[in-house]
Amino acid sequence: MKLPTRMKGKGPDRHEGEDTSGWLPPQAREAWNRLPEAVRTLVLPLGLAALAFLYPFYSGDLPGAFPAVGTVVIMIVFTMMAVGLNIVVGYAGLLDLGYVAFYAVGAYTAAWFASLHFSQVSFHLGSVGISGEAVGIHLSIWLILLLAGALTAIAGILIGLPTLRLRGDYLAIVTLGFGEIIPQFVRNGDSISGFNLTNGSFGISPIDSPGFGEAGESLGLPLSFQQSFERERWFFWTAVALLLLTIFCSVRLRDSRLGRAWIAIREDETAAAAMGIPLMRTKTWAYAIGAFFGGIAGAYYATFKSGAFPSDFFFNVSVFLLCMVILGGMGSVWGVVLGGLFLAYLDQEGLAKLGNWVSDLIGRQIDVPKYNFGVYGLIIVLMMLFRPTGLIPERRRKKELAEGVHDETLYDASA
Amino acid sequence: MFVGLVALWVVVNFAKDPQEFISVFLIGLTNGAVYGLIALGYTLVYGILQLINFAHGDVFTLGGLVASTMILSIFDLSTTDSAALLVLGVAATLLIAMLFSSTLNAGIELVAYRRLRQAPRLAALITAVGMSFILQNVGLIFWGVNYTSVPRLVPNSIAFSIGEVDLQWNKIVVLLITIPVLLGLTYLVRSTKQGKAMRATSQDPEAAAMMGVNVNRTISFTFILAGGLAGAAGLLYLLNFTTIRYDQGFQLGLIAFTAAVLGGIGNMAGALVGALTIGLIEAFNEGLTWNTPGSDWTRSIVFGILIAILVFRPEGILGERTPEGQ
Repeated sequence: MKLPTRMKGKGPDRHEGEDTSGWLPPQAREAWNRLPEAVRTLVLPLGLAALAFLYPFYSGDLPGAFPAVGTVVIMIVFTMMAVGLNIVVGYAGLLDLGYVAFYAVGAYTAAWFASLHFSQVSFHLGSVGISGEAVGIHLSIWLILLLAGALTAIAGILIGLPTLRLRGDYLAIVTLGFGEIIPQFVRNGDSISGFNLTNGSFGISPIDSPGFGEAGESLGLPLSFQQSFERERWFFWTAVALLLLTIFCSVRLRDSRLGRAWIAIREDETAAAAMGIPLMRTKTWAYAIGAFFGGIAGAYYATFKSGAFPSDFFFNVSVFLLCMVILGGMGSVWGVVLGGLFLAYLDQEGLAKLGNWVSDLIGRQIDVPKYNFGVYGLIIVLMMLFRPTGLIPERRRKKELAEGVHDETLYDASA
Repeated sequence: MFVGLVALWVVVNFAKDPQEFISVFLIGLTNGAVYGLIALGYTLVYGILQLINFAHGDVFTLGGLVASTMILSIFDLSTTDSAALLVLGVAATLLIAMLFSSTLNAGIELVAYRRLRQAPRLAALITAVGMSFILQNVGLIFWGVNYTSVPRLVPNSIAFSIGEVDLQWNKIVVLLITIPVLLGLTYLVRSTKQGKAMRATSQDPEAAAMMGVNVNRTISFTFILAGGLAGAAGLLYLLNFTTIRYDQGFQLGLIAFTAAVLGGIGNMAGALVGALTIGLIEAFNEGLTWNTPGSDWTRSIVFGILIAILVFRPEGILGERTPEGQ
């Protein structure tokens, strides 16, 4: 079945040609408006990207509250996952409480195909910094990122096919079920009919490093990130590149025919179906693509940590990611990036620093990071009650919430 | 087919060691009774508001933790006290735990869910998830990260034996408390005016409002009832296992929710049937010996059942087909 041709072309949620110069003084505004539109829309993202890429060079001069480069890598990985989750929750309106499962699949893909784990075989393809005789499967990490994305997308389709018929909260519960089953499978997977698939609760470690090999070395690029003197910087730059790619894909997807179909489903499933949108296929695509980015992020994180451990995969992570999406604004890519970076920063460094600061201030030791999930819970509830559109609301979503064109509500009981 | 295999597995296990089978069966029944009390809370709230109250499991934990404080610090009960004193103390603890959980649950509804009546359903669900985390941290702040344990007030010694099978006191007490609570609940919902209002609101809130039902009060009342059941379950859990920790309710809540879905969510008898089934499945899986996956897989099995039920028979065992499940 084809989508109706009416949906081709520019959807109503394109924001081009808007006046973004309201804050400038009049002369500057005039000059700004004379610039070509491509320049005007790109200058802010490019500036931010440049600022991000250069972060390792000036991070040492910043005040102590700014995160270390290594921390930023983790922040970016979680933000990538949040952007992926945003495709499922924000665009298509399918609440996924088991996103951690995709993270796990991605991480274990990296662990299986780039470590000593499967010692029965010895297979090398483009791996760097590994001796040629090492046992196990060793693929190039760049290949693995793609492979992890693909495998996770398949996992997303497998989970989605039987469950996407369900609506709303039932779907949330089923995804939660999968989010609980997959980590338990990983934890118990050291003896599946005697075969050690996941190495149980010890996890799989070490995982090979990404790198550019000998060809890259002659160009001045590191042979292997983990063995490089500037390990964190190289991981950081790759992470920024991956995040930019994710954001780019996410924005382009939103404005594509598929993305408009997702938003149509989110706004009114019945009407969308009546307009000829194939519900199951469109939803399954949301799942697969959302999972794809989760898988890449998971695999990349695993190579950064050089290990995949079952203790990383808990329901808490799913809620943490959901919290990023809600805080930023469901459906708003830039909002989710902001929310993701902020919350991941709090999680990795911010709460500890805040805790120290508070403890110094009142002269009593308070272990703030211990209560991190209480803080996230509070953020979720407060955002839902007072600003359900998020920090940077997506225009369309805001209208939906204001005008109530969304799916059925909890009924009106104002009596 | 699958059901047949499971039945065969149960029968073979029974034939291999009947005595062990029955004692495992009793464990399952007791756990199932506790799950039932929690599952009823999910079902009551879902029935009236179509909301999965994620925070319910944590209301249960806080009820149990309050009960532990009552037993340890306020009433200072210990195993050496006389039976009469113990009965009195436990009864008072039960009352306080139920009161506390009721107030808490109704308070959550008032503060968080009531404002979201007009919002998309997912907004309320997400809020409930957030609430659950907040409650867990309340438990963490006041009771710490370690297990709180109370003395074994109800001995697990044998009360009496029927043939080869031993009945233990702690199991009897769980059933002794559960059954009257359930009877009282049934009476409330079936035969009182407030119960009628509840049933009317769950069928059609607007029509109920037009007929003069105070919908907000009815919803609050439902949350009070659900909270009370959770509090009772908290104390029973404590009496049965003697330890409780701030984050246990989340898991138990999920299991109880599975039970509610298994029985047909929104259906009270269904919640009980589902809870007993889940309790038995768990106990069989962990206690039986012939070809059993073992306790490593319990959670996977429970959630596997949940997924299978939702996908193949979303109305549950006793429920009716609803548009939500399609």
